[in-house]
Amino acid sequence: MIDLTVNGATARVDVDPATPLLYVLRDDLRLHAAKFGCGLGQCGACTVLVDDRPVFACLLPVGAVGTRTVTTVEGLGTAAAPGDVQRAFLHEQAAQCGYCIPGMIARAEGLLRKTVTPTETELRSAMAPSLCRCGTHMRILRAVRRAAVMRGGGVVEPAEPVT
Amino acid sequence: MSRPGIRRILVIAVVLLGLCGIAFAAIAYRPAIARVTRPDPRQFDPALVARGGNLARLGNCVSCHQAAGGRPYAGGYPIKTPFGTIYGSNITPDAATGIGSWSPAAFRRAMREGVGRDGSHLYPAFPYTHYAGVADGDVDALYAFLMTRPALRAVPPANRMIPPLGFRPLLAGWKLLFFHPQPVVADPRQSAAWNRGRYIGETLAHCTACHSPRGLLQQEKRGDQAYDGGWSGGWYAPPINAHSPAVRAWTVERLDAYFRTGLSTAHAAAAGPMGPVTYNLARAAPADVRALATYYAWQMRAAPAARAEPRLPDRRALASQRHPEGARLYAGACAVCHEPGAAMMVAGRPALPLGTPLHEANPRDTIQVILKGLKPPVAPRGPYMPAFADALDDRQVAEVVAYLQARHGTGPAWPDLEKDVAAARKEGE
Amino acid sequence: MSGQASRRDILGGLLVAFALAPTAALAQTGGGEGSGGPPTVAPDLPGTLAKFPDLDAWIRIGADGRVTVFTGKVELGTGVKTAMAQLAADELDVAIGRVDLITADTALTPNEGVTAGSQTLEQSGTAIANAAACVRLLLAEIAAARWGVAATTLFTRDGVVLDGQGRRASYAELAASTSLAVRARADVPRKPVAARRLIGRPVPRVDLPAKLTGLPSYVQDMRLPDMVHARVLRGPSSGTRLTPDLAALRRQPGVARVVQVGRFAAIVGPREWPLEQALRVANQGAWTRDAAVPALPPMPAGLLEMRRESSVIDTRRDASAAPGVRRLSARYDRPYLMHGAIGPSCAVALMAEGQLTVWTHSQGVEPLRTAIAELVAMPADRVRCVHREGAGCYGHNGADDVAGDAALIARAMPGVPVRLQWSREQEHGWEPLGPAMLAQIDATLDASGRIVDWRHQVWSNTHSTRPVAAGDLLAGVEVVPPFAPTPPKPIPQPNGGGDRNAIPLYRFANQSIVSHFLPDMPVRVSALRGLGAHLNIFALESAIDELAAAAGRDPVAFRLAHLDDPRAAEVIRRAAARFGWNRYRPRPNRGRGFAFARYKNHGAYCAVALDVERIPDEGRLIVHRAVVAVDSGEAVNPDGIRNQVEGGLLQSLSWTAYEAAGHDGTRRTDYDWSGYPILRFADVPHSVVVEVADRPGTPFLGTGECAQGPTAAALANALAAATGVRTRSMPLAGGLATRS
Repeated sequence: MIDLTVNGATARVDVDPATPLLYVLRDDLRLHAAKFGCGLGQCGACTVLVDDRPVFACLLPVGAVGTRTVTTVEGLGTAAAPGDVQRAFLHEQAAQCGYCIPGMIARAEGLLRKTVTPTETELRSAMAPSLCRCGTHMRILRAVRRAAVMRGGGVVEPAEPVT
Repeated sequence: MSRPGIRRILVIAVVLLGLCGIAFAAIAYRPAIARVTRPDPRQFDPALVARGGNLARLGNCVSCHQAAGGRPYAGGYPIKTPFGTIYGSNITPDAATGIGSWSPAAFRRAMREGVGRDGSHLYPAFPYTHYAGVADGDVDALYAFLMTRPALRAVPPANRMIPPLGFRPLLAGWKLLFFHPQPVVADPRQSAAWNRGRYIGETLAHCTACHSPRGLLQQEKRGDQAYDGGWSGGWYAPPINAHSPAVRAWTVERLDAYFRTGLSTAHAAAAGPMGPVTYNLARAAPADVRALATYYAWQMRAAPAARAEPRLPDRRALASQRHPEGARLYAGACAVCHEPGAAMMVAGRPALPLGTPLHEANPRDTIQVILKGLKPPVAPRGPYMPAFADALDDRQVAEVVAYLQARHGTGPAWPDLEKDVAAARKEGE
Repeated sequence: MSGQASRRDILGGLLVAFALAPTAALAQTGGGEGSGGPPTVAPDLPGTLAKFPDLDAWIRIGADGRVTVFTGKVELGTGVKTAMAQLAADELDVAIGRVDLITADTALTPNEGVTAGSQTLEQSGTAIANAAACVRLLLAEIAAARWGVAATTLFTRDGVVLDGQGRRASYAELAASTSLAVRARADVPRKPVAARRLIGRPVPRVDLPAKLTGLPSYVQDMRLPDMVHARVLRGPSSGTRLTPDLAALRRQPGVARVVQVGRFAAIVGPREWPLEQALRVANQGAWTRDAAVPALPPMPAGLLEMRRESSVIDTRRDASAAPGVRRLSARYDRPYLMHGAIGPSCAVALMAEGQLTVWTHSQGVEPLRTAIAELVAMPADRVRCVHREGAGCYGHNGADDVAGDAALIARAMPGVPVRLQWSREQEHGWEPLGPAMLAQIDATLDASGRIVDWRHQVWSNTHSTRPVAAGDLLAGVEVVPPFAPTPPKPIPQPNGGGDRNAIPLYRFANQSIVSHFLPDMPVRVSALRGLGAHLNIFALESAIDELAAAAGRDPVAFRLAHLDDPRAAEVIRRAAARFGWNRYRPRPNRGRGFAFARYKNHGAYCAVALDVERIPDEGRLIVHRAVVAVDSGEAVNPDGIRNQVEGGLLQSLSWTAYEAAGHDGTRRTDYDWSGYPILRFADVPHSVVVEVADRPGTPFLGTGECAQGPTAAALANALAAATGVRTRSMPLAGGLATRS
């Protein structure tokens, strides 16, 4: 039996502790925001926050989570009451197929918990582990810059100003 | 003692100190060399520029003279030393913030003697101790190359040295003790490639700067201890002489492939600081890279693996038994790439035990590659590993490392792994 | 909105519906990809109404007033679901929140073939808009008859018909009193532009709130009761065959069952992780080269050696043209490219009570259903394919194959829902690639700097092996006896495949366009977004720039001088002006590049201007600014258009600058993203601006594929300006020169 703290609630699952957290989230806890993209830590579609840090859920054995808090995109807001990063993404309509976007939102949240005034270079560097194939990058960056402002900060020397 | 006696001793002491000070100042003093107008890039012979470009790749200059996200040669890269952090300078031909106003003589003096145009001593983080051996024509070629780069206005951050080491004239003392340049003389008993490789390796490529141990004042140890292993950027640079812990022979072919592609299929991919080294060697003249391979294969000719490549037992059951948590972590986080049947293994990437880190005297490289991962060294495509620093805590990394060493490693079990992981995180920042 | 404004909607005025451009002839379903589709039975009706003229095929109104709209197209991330909801809601006069859009389902929706070729709004959007207008008129006429008034005195608002004097009737009530199984009318006008509430507005995407908050939205998210997971066993790459030890696999923990049909094999179990581990064990098995697949010669030169079927697809002669004095002869090429969906392909299938249902992200559920029915030896009407979204596919990727795989497994396990997930490596190894292509352009300038002769030859495989029969699915070739694949055929003009956009929109006195169709496929290929347009426009627009330079003319002015299409001229001028083309200051290692195309010569107009820097000693590219002007005809959702164009630009930058699928002659060598890197955030442009022309009342021209070609050429032109060196081979940023 493995106890986890996910989105503020305790979850108890009976799985092989080597099982990557991603499968536990999706199959046992029915939290589908984190996606299977590669299972290799190369694309970021599975990104969740563990103690405020973005990690690849596909490479984190569920037995290794321990007492650390897991936050998925479901824990940042709902369709009826989206969180600020989600609202920023909705404002910018920052999605095409949308498959990579929860990973992007989680990664952005991780950055903003570290700093609300990253430089443009730090912003791009922080988001780099997440891949987008549809070419939504411009809108994703605009959304994170907007979210930084919503959190009382703002990207330093942004490539595109927040309007 | 009587007061006049004390006074006399004091006077003598002050006079002696004063004389020492004057002598020291005399030794330390180097005159400024007058500024010149930035040379017109078009005046340089393209062949000389190309030669300089090749030498710059061999010397890996850009790695210390380019910041993350910055432009080549514009400086800003932090070099951490036990004495503080030194930032690589802007060596683009910008007159105000780079070396645009440096004459060839000023450049030569910097390379050979470690003195800036304005007469200030340079920290040996800039390895002039090696560059002193670079031939005149090569120094001039490097000058031609740098003077034909885009001139970029960029001021690196100020160095942050532990006081009083920010006082540059002290470096004259360091040089007095440790800077005794010897020219590299060809050995007629060796091949042309070997001699070329030694020239490049000992001067431009400055391999001992990472791969040799250093003394208290950070001077490289020479003689028998040359190439006995050293440290760079939080990573361990293993011995590359008869004490090489590699379990597969570093033949000329394998070294050449490693340098040019960032991967030896008999060992592993270039990780940590060797990534940028191979990135630049991949773009250097193939004959020169082969020469380097020739020389260093010779350096390791008496290493254990050069004589006999050991069988590599897989002590899977034992390791799982001793380190069950490490085994579980490995199964969930590592096996997907590193176990047989994984796509990269089917494609012929080297198995974990072939890589040198698990056989080194300390766990640092194994720890760092887990914490930081690995980017494709020489091209956008190539070996890649994600970073686990945020996913696993110190204890968990230690568990994985213990499991790996029990399963594949050589030598006695590394002690205090959790402490080592914490140290690695700190030093690798 | 005031009642007066609604009253201005003229109902039943028998205004003749605006004449659409004669697109019926051009509108092959899916742009010619996939099967031909159902016959045209009502040629007077617009869009796919011509094939499904009854209103209730498209629109149903429930007792609760909710409006269900049916489309045979699918949402791929392009935003068409939102656009079609806008069209339906606006033309019907209901709140968009009351519209439920049902996308392609072989049991429920009209057969609109494949969602491809940038024709969704043109075919389905047009049908839905007109059907909705017809339904609104029909309901108003019922109310008019009931109240004894002329329909022209009534108006509608928010699902209710009103007479302005207190009488009202809801759509629900009116619809219940009649049948919508009536033929649409060709003469019903669309809503006037001034009265539109939704069409032409940047209505937020209806699907994003769910996707951004983790609500199950993709086929990958489906979880049915008693569902099992599955993994298919294949060699590492198309062109290889795995011989797994099935007996050993049966004994692996978590493998409940092995399904084997001929050479097709899959492992099935209750949980995914044990299957992943078993898959790794399976992949240790020996694999051999598939002898049926020919070896790949060195590319791109190998294309010239392959067996070909050549045809002249366009020719013009004008003997009176001035003699040529300067000649350009240039060869342009691109390598095989991956679709590279972020989410590897996935399907869910269930065989229950003699009916097979497959939930799939295939772009074409109808031809897929035909192929799967043949594969599982069931009548087509017992097989149902339902579209569920996947990750962006950008063409024919692994979606259809994985559906076939899942169908075979489900057939072996009746009553059990089966979810089959391809691995990342399987997607890289087996998805059909975008074909490698080569174009040769020979052009001549006269003394005044005008192009007087233009010859374009293009060599390419087919750009569509979309399944129409079982032999086109990977599983179909693995069962014993195997089904035969459908022989590849070129897609005819005016859509084209490898020759898409090979015919210039410019006016040249003399021209000859030749398509060399290469039927042999050493590499598995099929449709990748834009098809031949990416390479053909890369070649064409690079050559135009090279000729402009030879003539000493500004590249933008040079293009305008050879064009007589006013909409083309307008996007060109608009992009140039917004970019500040004439004010651009040259700087070392930095240059501007321009390119233009009209997709397929009958789709959207798109002009791209780029400001690009190349860092010497690093080879790194920085796109400082990108400016695009696009004209897609009537813009249903201008933000949707902007989104697609930004996306197409960035995707094309990635393809053109960085991408090349690796192959060692026998098999593919890129098995994951480390072997096939794509654009990451560090390399994304600093700024992208898209200007969208709005032309209400004109036909929809599509958007999804219009940016790829011009972006590729604009990048090539910018780099030529920045470095002084012209590169004609993609990827432009290249890797190291090969050292052997």
